[in-house]
Order: sequence, then C-alpha cells, then structure tokens
Amino acid sequence: MAFTALYANKLRSLLTMLGIIIGVGAVIAMVSVGMGVRSNVQESIASLGSNMLIVSPGSSNRGGPRGAAGSMQTLKYDDAKAIQAKIKNIDFVSPSVSGSYQVVNGNQNWNTSVQGVTPEYMDIKSLTVESGSFITNDNMNKRDRVAVIGATVAENLFGAENPVGRNIRVNNQPFRVIGLLESKGQSSMGQDQDDVVIIPLTTAQERMLGITYVQSVSVQVSDAMYMDQVQNDIEVLLRQRHRIIGDNEDDFHVRNLTSLMETMNQTTTMITLLLGSVAGISLIVGGIGIMNIMMVSVTERTREIGIRKALGATFNNIMMQFLIESVVIGVIGGIIGIAVGCGLSYAIAGVGGFTTVITLAPILISFTFSVGIGLLFGILPARKAARLDPIEALRYE
Amino acid sequence: MKEKKIKSSAEHVIRLRGIKKLYQMGQQQVAALDGIDLDIKRGEFAALMGPSGSGKSTLMNILGCLDRPTCGSYELEGREVAHLSDDELALTRNRHIGFVFQNFNLLSRISSLDNVALPLIYAGIGARERRKRAMHFLDTVGLADRAEHMPNELSGGQRQRVAIARALVNEPEIIMADEPTGNLDTKSTREIMDIFQKLHGTGRTIILVTHEPEIAVCANRQLLVRDGVITRDEGKGVVLDVV
Repeated sequence: MAFTALYANKLRSLLTMLGIIIGVGAVIAMVSVGMGVRSNVQESIASLGSNMLIVSPGSSNRGGPRGAAGSMQTLKYDDAKAIQAKIKNIDFVSPSVSGSYQVVNGNQNWNTSVQGVTPEYMDIKSLTVESGSFITNDNMNKRDRVAVIGATVAENLFGAENPVGRNIRVNNQPFRVIGLLESKGQSSMGQDQDDVVIIPLTTAQERMLGITYVQSVSVQVSDAMYMDQVQNDIEVLLRQRHRIIGDNEDDFHVRNLTSLMETMNQTTTMITLLLGSVAGISLIVGGIGIMNIMMVSVTERTREIGIRKALGATFNNIMMQFLIESVVIGVIGGIIGIAVGCGLSYAIAGVGGFTTVITLAPILISFTFSVGIGLLFGILPARKAARLDPIEALRYE
Repeated sequence: MKEKKIKSSAEHVIRLRGIKKLYQMGQQQVAALDGIDLDIKRGEFAALMGPSGSGKSTLMNILGCLDRPTCGSYELEGREVAHLSDDELALTRNRHIGFVFQNFNLLSRISSLDNVALPLIYAGIGARERRKRAMHFLDTVGLADRAEHMPNELSGGQRQRVAIARALVNEPEIIMADEPTGNLDTKSTREIMDIFQKLHGTGRTIILVTHEPEIAVCANRQLLVRDGVITRDEGKGVVLDVV
C-alpha cells in the first residue's frame, strides 16, 4: 500500500528522499574523510617507529635569551651507550646526528639530508637494504667514509646505474657507497623518505660536523606497557650522568610518541566529529523535508483518508499507513544515501587524492538515523491524518 | 450469491429513540435533528427525502455511524452505538454498514478489484481471500471483466457499480446510499436502481437518501425529513418475503 502511494508520486517521493540521500551520503563521505586523516596520522606516527621514545637535548638557558630546543650540547654518544647498558626492557638505542650537504657524483649533484647513525638505526626505522649492506660496528669504530643512500639520491646521482661500490663526494669528502635502501616512498606527512644519505655516526661527528654530541637518541621499548617506566628510568639516569640535582631543570627532553599519537587522535576525532555533525544537520533538514511532504500528502489525500475511514479504517490503520510511507522513504533514501556516500568517498579519494576510510559505524548510524527520522517526522503528519473527521474528510474537495 | 442468513424474527435492524443533534452557532444552539424516533426492519428498502438543510444528511451520518448524536439512543442490531468511541464506530461501519456515495468515492490510484477489497483489509482478511471475495461481488454487479481497470477508465455507471460491490463485500446488514444516482445519466440511473431492487429482493436492508421523488418511489417506504424531524412516513412495515 505504501509502495503504491509512493510509486504513484514517483517524482515527489524521489525529491523527498533527496534530503535523506544527501544527508546520509554526506555523513558517510565526511566521516570517511575524517577517518582517512586519522589513519594517515596514525600511519605516519607508526612509521616513525613503534613504542619509541626520543631523547633530545634541552634548550640552553645560560644567560638571557634561550636557545632553541636541542641547542644544548650535553647529550653524548656515551649517554646512549649507558641507556642501552643500564635500562631494562629496551630493544634498540640509536643516537643520531644530521646535517644538510651537497652530494656529488661526477657532474651530478644533489642537496640532501645526511644522517649519522649507528647500525641499530636500520631496525628502529624498519629500513631494508635493497643491494649492498648497511653500516656496521666496524665502520663505526674505524670512522669509515662509507654511505648508504636512498632511492631518490641514487636516481639523481646515478640515474639507472647501480650505485653500490661507487664513490660520491659528501661535503667534498669522498665516500664509498656500500648500500642502497629499498624505497619507502613518501611519508604521509609529505616527506620523501628516500631522499637521504646515511653514514656512520662517528664519521659524521668527527669528520663532517666536528662535534662530540648527538642531536637525538631514539629508544625503542620492547613493549608499550613499559613506556612510562622506561621513560622515567632514562630521565633518572640522564640526570645522574649530567649531574643535575634538586629542582634544576633537565638539560634534555624525553618525548613519548604515544602521547603525540593521542593528541593527534584527539585532533582528528574532533575533525571527524565536526565534519560528521555538519553532515548530520543536513540529515535533520532532510527529515524536516519528509515531514513537509507528508503534511502536503495528508492534505492532498484528505478525501482518500475519509473514504478509508468510512470503510472502517481505525486511527491506527491510518496512522500506520502514513508512518510506513515515511519510513519507507527513510529506508530507501538511506540505502541510496549509503551508495552515494561510498561513491563520493571513493571519488574524493580518487580525484582529490585524500585518503578516505569507509567504516561500518557511520553507515549503520546514519542508516538507523534516516529510518528514525522517517519515523519521527512521519508521526506528526500521520497523526494529523488519523485524527481527521470522516465526515469532514469526505466533504473535502 | 452467498446469502447472509436472515434472522427469522422481524426484529428492527435500526431503532432510534429521541435522537437530537445540536450545533453551537455563536450564542445560539441550533438543532439539526430535533428528536427523531425511527424503526427500520430487516429487509426494508427505505428512501430518506428532504430539502437541503432539513437535517437529512445529519441523520444519514448518524445512521451510518459516521457521527454521534448529541443525545438519544441508537440501537443497531440490538446494540447501543450512540456513544461509541471513534475506533469502535469505525469497526461498526466496517462490519455492519456498506456505503454508496453520490460521487462514488473510489480511490483513483488502485484498480476496481482493489477498491472493492478495501473494506476487507480493515476487517483483517488475508490477501488471497480478499481477492476472491472482491471478485465475487464484482461479478455480482456485472463487472468481473473490469477488475484490473482503474476507476478513471470506467464510465459513471460502472464506477457506481464498483462502489456497490465495495459496499457489499463485507456482507453488511445495511446498505447506505447517499444520492447514488445524483451524478448519473438516466440510463445508468436505471441500471443502478435495478441493482438496488435486486439487492432488496435478496433481503438486504437499504437506506436511500435522495431528493428525487421518482427515485424514492423505487423504495417501499418513504420518509420525509423537515426541520430536524420526520414529518411523513409512508409504506411503513412493507418487507418483501424472503424465500
């Protein structure tokens, strides 16, 4: 019966559904964009390494203007060794320094980030060597001028040739390429992870930068449950080693990536909620559209209601007839809306280059919502119809 | 045609006592019906006449359980129905009264068959049985071949026959016809009145509202309503013998 009535007013039914279609579609598409942003952030944080603590030098506070974070020179390679030796539940410790240098091969040159690292860096960053080998402890001890290069650097300096075994010049010093990293592509933060030259930490400190400190120490904790404990242990150990007593400020920072991740998650959840609620408003507007059209429909069909009542339809019979109609609008509109929303989200991913993630929750919620809206906004018109006086309704022209 | 069992006692199908219907018009109270006493026996064919404004329509609405009297008693089939609730009245209409209207009042979007079956939906009868019964009564009015036609594909006379089939489909005690020939030409009028006389012949109680004397003479009893009271009552008690 409901279908007959809706089918008889095809165009009007479709236009009524449009509100719901747009509402549901927008909710699904917007939430999928929000979820996409969230998964991007999570991935990029995870790609920095899981269960990671980063120890960096604090800012200088000697006299007047303070330096930037990391400007102190108090963090040493020995600190990293001490952390490795004395603190439990740690998988890897990787101190590193970095600088930006011109890298040259023959007549090709390229400016890139040069990282001075220890062999553990490979595990902590989950790098893979495509050909050749990574830096060894032997290289570290001998301060060898060897380099492992990323795919972008290799392409710019060597083209399609195999760079392993060839010589390059970094800051006018000759380095032998011992390995080529497997391409990791762009990080989700938009950084090219292949644009890098990796050399032994000791070589970088003494032969390139002429420094004795390290710029950061990455610590990989064996399990997420030890994060807080390890962080605390590191702080105590470093205060001891740096002879910081009492209330004096630390000359280092231990940053916890999980807290970063939590903050980022909170932010992206807010974004998702914002987008979702904007879309949700259009869903409610769609519901009001249903109410409008059903009101018109009741007025237009006053005579039909009169006939049905004269033939014995009770209050509930008429109420149900109109309620079912508006729920059917909600259901069909909801289903089409889901299809539109998913399509839209794929289109955004395809054309806009966004990452979108379609999850079940917004689909179920917005569908339930659209059916609920059909029901809720159908009640008023349905009651109006069911309360009509049969005599008045029969007289209606 | 499946016959309804006619109760042997000549009891009254309708029994009105002191029915009044009052309307508030500003400061004044106006009585549309001012004390009606009326008995209609089973199998009677009564014509209700009167000029417009006489209270004829109000009486028709009360008899058809579409409206409640302000005071008085209305026994339908021995059951007091004057003060039932809306839903109880709806149920009473569905079970006991079949309506035929001047402007047919068919639903234009559904077929004749579905129109005829409509009262059966509200009687809670299953789809297959509904079709069967609706088909049977369409056949009774000679329109079995028009079952799938939409009302707007039918002539006025045919539409009124569909409406009569619909009035019959739930086998009510009373057929209420309100100016059933008012919108029809002479030939169709003839056909429709023939059908009513045949129905009367099979023992149905029929109440016909009309303002045309030549239509009213088809009935056995003529009632004249004027200023809210019945002023003339002719041919009372004539009931065709039911074989």
